[in-house]
Amino acid sequence: MTVDAPPVMFPRKPKRITGKSIAVLTLLTMSALFFCIPLYVLVVTSFKDMDQIRDGAMFAMPTTWSLEAWRFAWFEACSGLSCDGLQAGFWNSVVILAPSLVASITLSMITGYALALWEVRWSGPFLFLLFLCAFVPFQIIMYPLIRLTVQMGIYGSITAIAFVHTVLAMPVLTLIFRNYYKDIPPELIKAAIMDSGSFWRIFVEIILPMSGNILIVVLIMQITSIWNDYLIGVTFGGLGTSPMTVHLANMVTVSTGTVSYNVNMAAALLTAIPPLVIYFVLGKFFVQGIAAGAIKG
Amino acid sequence: MPRVTFEHIVKRFGAVTVLDGLNLTVEDGDFLVLLGPSGCGKTTLLNLLAGLLDVTSGRIMIGDRDVTELDPKDRGLAMVFQSYALYPTKTVEGNLRFGLSARKLPRDEVEARVKWASDLLQIGPLMGRKPAELSGGQRQRVAIGRALVKHADVLLFDEPLSNLDAKLRTEMRLEIKKLHDTLKPTVVYVTHDQIEAMTMATHIAIMSGGAIQQFGTPDEVYEHPANLFVAGFIGSPAMNLTPGRYVTAGGTPYAEFPDGARIDLTAYPFATSPVEGAAIAVGMRPEHFVLDRAQVPPGHTAFDLTVRMVERTGSDALIAVSFANDQLFVRAEPDRAAKTRAGETVPVQYPTAKLNLFDAQSGRRL
Repeated sequence: MTVDAPPVMFPRKPKRITGKSIAVLTLLTMSALFFCIPLYVLVVTSFKDMDQIRDGAMFAMPTTWSLEAWRFAWFEACSGLSCDGLQAGFWNSVVILAPSLVASITLSMITGYALALWEVRWSGPFLFLLFLCAFVPFQIIMYPLIRLTVQMGIYGSITAIAFVHTVLAMPVLTLIFRNYYKDIPPELIKAAIMDSGSFWRIFVEIILPMSGNILIVVLIMQITSIWNDYLIGVTFGGLGTSPMTVHLANMVTVSTGTVSYNVNMAAALLTAIPPLVIYFVLGKFFVQGIAAGAIKG
Repeated sequence: MPRVTFEHIVKRFGAVTVLDGLNLTVEDGDFLVLLGPSGCGKTTLLNLLAGLLDVTSGRIMIGDRDVTELDPKDRGLAMVFQSYALYPTKTVEGNLRFGLSARKLPRDEVEARVKWASDLLQIGPLMGRKPAELSGGQRQRVAIGRALVKHADVLLFDEPLSNLDAKLRTEMRLEIKKLHDTLKPTVVYVTHDQIEAMTMATHIAIMSGGAIQQFGTPDEVYEHPANLFVAGFIGSPAMNLTPGRYVTAGGTPYAEFPDGARIDLTAYPFATSPVEGAAIAVGMRPEHFVLDRAQVPPGHTAFDLTVRMVERTGSDALIAVSFANDQLFVRAEPDRAAKTRAGETVPVQYPTAKLNLFDAQSGRRL
């Protein structure tokens, strides 16, 4: 008769909290508070009425939760002479965003693909030039760009804003796509050249389906930067074509009489929501896209 | 199936000349292996033929067509790559179909060809899978299938078996050989593996330093290497190359070694006779030695040599023996080797006709 020996175990000691982790946790808590406290004030204030705000207790919860400030900011707040609320700006931003996104991503994707995988004459100097362009501050070329859009007859329109967004995004996006496509094994493109030989067909059938990760990354980057842009919008947009950020700034800075903090806060939150939604929806893919370096075959 | 001709091919990358005036003809239905160490220009030559690189000067003919200026897809070639280069987002079937995308074929012809290739390579059950879901051997089959559906006249292989493990490599080697026997395409196959070259090729072109060192059948390059490079490169274990001098005494030619030992060269089939006292290299294949001196047939040279070391390699054994201030490797039966100890003296004989003599200066075969 045999007796079953008890299974051998090698229990491990639970990990202690060390000085290192305390330091990290402290830093994380502090930076979280740094962002969270203003955000908390912003949110609670937007739900208060002006009477409570005038009492001055910034951190207090609203005595009565009211959506009035939100409604007012969306439908009635004045930006300059028009008092249609932020909604006009919101739709302008959407109309600016769509063509800017499509144009900048499509163009830089194809340029990046050509530079990475096809033999392009002067591709080295061209890449260097793109690299330099990526570091030129917008303010330096702002005035020439204004002249240019005036000459083109689009100054003051949504087209002008979309055009400038597209042009300014091209260098960085092209470099991003080019570096991503550079990781595609050269034999794969050689095989495709022997099989099909068509620049466009290889792009659409082979390369585009492999671009999911990087597309998500670029999409988030572009949506955030175009939506949050103020300078391009205020410079190139005309009356009635300026994006949401410009409306917000006008509302906050040029109000007469008392400052309606609750309306301002609500307006700021309304303006910030769309990129946040994008982050929450696509955030998981964003991290994957940044982490995914090589393309596995 | 056409012949492939390279005429005066020069290829430079910037200041570096990789191929300098190379000429080579691959006969119709031939299985040519381009064999050589890394950086010898064999892959460059294949890429030039495929059109993935442009020649600096020279002409490439496939059959009667000058393809030098043609796009890769118009050259009537198909290629199998070392890393398989399957399209990761397409299924196996999608990969095969994309192989036909440059040709405007009627739909039923496409279906028929895909079916034919999948039957031939037995990849039918894999048709719906993505390359990531396949094993190495399956991927290689698919890659070959993608090349075969094109019904190309000339098939190119760029080290296709290098990424497979040893067992699969042996299997795929046989399969590629079988495919060549059934379909009879003209094949140009690049490898650095001499076993692949010896087993599959109808002709081997051994390359080094951007030039073809020898072009011949596997037997020719093995038994009659044209120069010292080929002699040293082909064969595993490698040929023993011992430096010596060419001398004649009383009308009999000898190879004389530094320690005074001599080999009678009367039975050696000289191609060119060297001058008296010329420095030569004497090449002896390990497997041509006979470990016996009870009977020495005519045309054999016999020695008694001291054993330095015994090495067992599996199916064979190698005995290292001292010879002419150097050492020779002698192939032996494992049983015989097991009985041999270092320091012993063993009788050894070698057939003179199977010697390989080279001019030490030019490296050329004598």
